[in-house]
Amino acid sequence: MDKQKTMLKDIDRERFDFRDEDKSGYKTGKGLSADIVAEISKVKNEPLWMLEHRLRSLEIYDQTPLPAWGPPLDELNMDEIVTYVRPDTKMKSNWNEVPEYIKSTFERLGIPQAERNYLAGAGAQYDSEVVYHNIKQELLSQGVIYTDMETALREHEDIVRELFMKLVPPQDHKFVALHGAVWSGGSFVYVPQGIHVDIPLQSYFRLNAPGAGQFEHTLIVVEKGASAHFIEGCSAPKYNVVNLHAGCVELYVREGASLRYSTIENWSKNMMNLNTKRAIVEKNGSIEWISGTFGSHTTMLYPTSILKGEGSRSAFTGITFAGKGQNLDTGTNVVHAAPNTSSTVSSRSISKDGGCAVYRSSITILPEASGAKSSIVCESLMMDSASRTDTIPVMDIRNDKVDIGHEARIGRISDAAVFYLMTRGLTEEEAKATIVRGFVEPIAKELPLEYAVEMNRLISIELEGTIG
Amino acid sequence: MPKNLLSIKDLHASVNGQPILNGVDIAINPGEVHVLMGPNGAGKSTLANVVMGDPRYRVDKGNIFFEDEDITEEKTDARARRGMFLSFQAPEEISGITVENFLRTAKAAYTGEEIKLLPFRKELRAKMEELGMDASYAARYLNVGFSGGEKKKNEILQMSILNPKLAILDETDSGLDIDAVKTISESLQRYKNKENAVLIITHITRILQSLSVDYVHIMAEGRIIRTSDASIIDKINRDGFASVLG
Repeated sequence: MDKQKTMLKDIDRERFDFRDEDKSGYKTGKGLSADIVAEISKVKNEPLWMLEHRLRSLEIYDQTPLPAWGPPLDELNMDEIVTYVRPDTKMKSNWNEVPEYIKSTFERLGIPQAERNYLAGAGAQYDSEVVYHNIKQELLSQGVIYTDMETALREHEDIVRELFMKLVPPQDHKFVALHGAVWSGGSFVYVPQGIHVDIPLQSYFRLNAPGAGQFEHTLIVVEKGASAHFIEGCSAPKYNVVNLHAGCVELYVREGASLRYSTIENWSKNMMNLNTKRAIVEKNGSIEWISGTFGSHTTMLYPTSILKGEGSRSAFTGITFAGKGQNLDTGTNVVHAAPNTSSTVSSRSISKDGGCAVYRSSITILPEASGAKSSIVCESLMMDSASRTDTIPVMDIRNDKVDIGHEARIGRISDAAVFYLMTRGLTEEEAKATIVRGFVEPIAKELPLEYAVEMNRLISIELEGTIG
Repeated sequence: MPKNLLSIKDLHASVNGQPILNGVDIAINPGEVHVLMGPNGAGKSTLANVVMGDPRYRVDKGNIFFEDEDITEEKTDARARRGMFLSFQAPEEISGITVENFLRTAKAAYTGEEIKLLPFRKELRAKMEELGMDASYAARYLNVGFSGGEKKKNEILQMSILNPKLAILDETDSGLDIDAVKTISESLQRYKNKENAVLIITHITRILQSLSVDYVHIMAEGRIIRTSDASIIDKINRDGFASVLG
């Protein structure tokens, strides 16, 4: 109970800091109103249909209640959220304004000063621009489009208009409606038919750049027979005083195409991370999700695959690490809507120091999905008896000709294993980290090397000071 | 004055309030081979674990000294770094870390020195070959899917890589076929020198055949009830434990 109180106090202080700093930038436009939404749209010089979409989303938002399930969201004051809608001011903040604990995490992650400056939204943008630009040139020659959503809306309006929030409509839930009203920033990727993008497309630092808000929208289209790997880079803790993140990701995987979408989310610990990600996969297409959730105060995140075409496939690999004061509710949804579709789910969670990690999934097999296969494995590791983990798998199977397997394991970290490693000279901390790293290894090996290394570092940092 | 490598004085220990060790005394000097025998439940494995500082046991009374320093309160990893080693009867399976990476990490922790990859790999290969372990074990996860015999060999492999001052072997020979026992026994012989010592906990005595045993301790009900030279082993083999317990 005391811990809860402490957490509330922390967030309140954060809010005060924010208001004091940015008062001047927000003299007008407090409150989430049609006027504010219209102003955002006007500032962005958007087409009328987008303004209408925003206003319609706002109406839906106003009418939609908070979700009646999942982790408690009552610490979320929706009136406070409103003041954070306009992203511009925060992004100009300098490194000196970054909270100490985030700075020290950067130090321990070994991120060079230049990169840290950029992460803070200032300084070494030049280097990153160059990198970004080079990638863009190489892809451009193949007809690939990789740009931010605002640019996409200007330069590729037809594609955006056809697909934007069609897969994740604002009616879905309150935070998607909010997203529809106030979205800002994000990535747009278009891979033309038959093109294989060999290098992963990364938005590692770009999310921290000016214009990328906490309501970023990602729209990816991989056309027939094409393939791509997109990495949403949140693998370093972000500088965030905002306390709500409601992004939206829409992935269109066309016939015979394949897309791999990797994220490590490591938000600051005061973040409510209510993100919505969905993919629709056509005939013989394949979507692969790799999802790491480390930071945030509360997360609700369930990347969803809609297997619409015959023979389409989905693979979800997720890792969640919940520490003190964190309630991370993660998992995946798969809808098998065509024959011979297949899905695999491999989820691992770690909870320590009173953290709560919930695995929640929904596998739906529609009557038309004869020959569907689904295999789910979720494993949870608790570091101590104060921590909590739940497994909530839901299966809705409406066809007999299917093959479904589910396996769940929940365990505590073994004292015997820790002792064993300590007899070989490893400290208690190293022994535990070795066991945890081994536990997440199946996921780490799916990640590009630099992300795997950072994930391991994050695990070490998360485990520091938890002994005794 | 030659110092003891290990010296245990009036050691009492319990688990969950249940006393298991009821006053153990033992002294082991460099260059010696000690054997600890006794019926099941006598407290032999407990003694080994308590000597290594297993936090699941509580020391109620008495002291453990290593090279004349009191280590009774010391953590397991610190004891290991002093040069103590315990081979387990049923070592834990640790997924996600390969035998090679683990041993390199452990050796770095043990010695406090950086361990260079290539020379280490060469040493590891050579030692695995001596133990008749296929080179592919180096790339497998620690003990995961190993048979009982493979786990035991892997323990001995760790001992020979870490080269401790004192090696405590907890029933390393049980459940092994004759060839495996012979291989391990030969490995022990190679490891043994004037500077180090071994404490072998065993029911059977085949593993001792190629070693020159200095002392045999008979343990019962949490105490050492008799200490003798190697000749007692023949008597136990001939007449059983009952003949030496009385």
